[in-house]
Amino acid sequence: MRTDITKINETTPHDQLTEGLMVFAGGTSKLFNTGEWRTNTPVIHEEKCKHCFLCTPVCPDGCIPVEGGKRLPIDMDHCKGCGICAAVCPFDAIEMKEGNI
Amino acid sequence: MAIKDRMSGNEAVAYAIRQVNPDVMPAFPITPSTEIPQMVSTYIANGEMDTEFIPVESEHSSMSATIGAEAAGARSLTATSSAGLALMWEELLLASSNRLPLVLTLVNRTLSGPININCDHSDGMGARDTGWIQIYAENNQEAYDNFIQAYPIAEDKRVHLPVMICQDGFITSHAVENIELLEDEKVKEFVGEYEPEEFLLNPGNPIAVGPYSISNYAMEAKKNQEIAMENSKEVIIEVAEKYRELSGRGFSLFEEYRTEDADYIMLIMGSAAGTAKQAVDDLREQGKKVGVLKLRVFRPFPAKEIAEALKNCKAVAIMDRCESYNGNGGPLGGEVTSALFRFKVMIEAVNYIYGLAGRDFTVSDVCGIFEELEDMIVNGTEIEQFQYIRLR
Repeated sequence: MRTDITKINETTPHDQLTEGLMVFAGGTSKLFNTGEWRTNTPVIHEEKCKHCFLCTPVCPDGCIPVEGGKRLPIDMDHCKGCGICAAVCPFDAIEMKEGNI
Repeated sequence: MAIKDRMSGNEAVAYAIRQVNPDVMPAFPITPSTEIPQMVSTYIANGEMDTEFIPVESEHSSMSATIGAEAAGARSLTATSSAGLALMWEELLLASSNRLPLVLTLVNRTLSGPININCDHSDGMGARDTGWIQIYAENNQEAYDNFIQAYPIAEDKRVHLPVMICQDGFITSHAVENIELLEDEKVKEFVGEYEPEEFLLNPGNPIAVGPYSISNYAMEAKKNQEIAMENSKEVIIEVAEKYRELSGRGFSLFEEYRTEDADYIMLIMGSAAGTAKQAVDDLREQGKKVGVLKLRVFRPFPAKEIAEALKNCKAVAIMDRCESYNGNGGPLGGEVTSALFRFKVMIEAVNYIYGLAGRDFTVSDVCGIFEELEDMIVNGTEIEQFQYIRLR
């Protein structure tokens, strides 16, 4: 029987952990907010953005969603602030600002 | 009816692999284990088995691919020797900590340097703390028998650990000896089908293997791995018993050869056990009470059982085919003496290093060691507690 991993926490005794710490679920990295690591933050100047979508495929964390022909706001829970999106933007619509904004 | 044949150790293991017909075998050639993947790929090319053979670019890759295949749900294995095993070091620890029941057939060869292709146990001993079960063979027959027992041990729910099946390079791997083989269907029935509960290619039941673990979990995971290693001892004994019923052969954790009333025992592992037994037979004819304890299972280390088996003798010669460079003896020397101390068996224990990088080890060497032990006990002669055999 599968262990209910939502019931495991930092006080769980060793004999109640899963074998090899296997996680019985998929896509669990979403639960881990890597955005906390950010030391620089991309800020979008909406008036300059042409929705060309060049930024979306280069984001290593898949944080720039596109829906219905529009680029949506950056997922700041997972953006690590690497600045690749700002570097590829042909319209200077993305500016990297210092700090975790 | 057993099939009688003549085979080298490599041929015997390749034959057993064909009979087990695992799902995936990634491998990279290295002397003296090269023949194993070579023979397996020949069996595959001839349509005698349908294992997926993956030629990879290094041993780092062969162990990585074996781990990946096993995690995906495939019964997997690889083969290597010496520097190949050393290059796998990082992955060996991942295979065991991810609790993957894969198998590696190791053909023991010395580690460089000086660079040398011949037998000693420095490769296997170098991997002694990687969380693998290690089973050593005296000859081709035991290499064959041990391989057939590998998956039933590894895949047991109480264990879920990788298993290393070890045989001595060239001495066992290339020398042709008589062998008794089991019929294909008997081997297949003994090993059974691999049916993992959790695996990556399992639609609808996603898992993550080997996730990052913060300090609050990692120590508990390591303890659980250690418990699995402790549990494996009873499983190894059970599987050996079942195999003995099937084949009429085999030993559990170790073989005790003429030790019942022995005053002096040689504890030894691998092909040199045969040499030691011959010397024991010769000395017994002269009325000497001597015996051999041949260690089959090095991991888990049967500390309590060894202490129990040695408690009535006067002195033990602990034979290491590996130097630890710790200034205090070899790996077996350290572990056996610690077992004797922990279980309060206060006999004399002398650690000898022999056969490094293929150096000969003969019946007369064994006789000389027994003579030295007797001289120490009977005449009170002081002897070096850690010494080399046949050193110029």
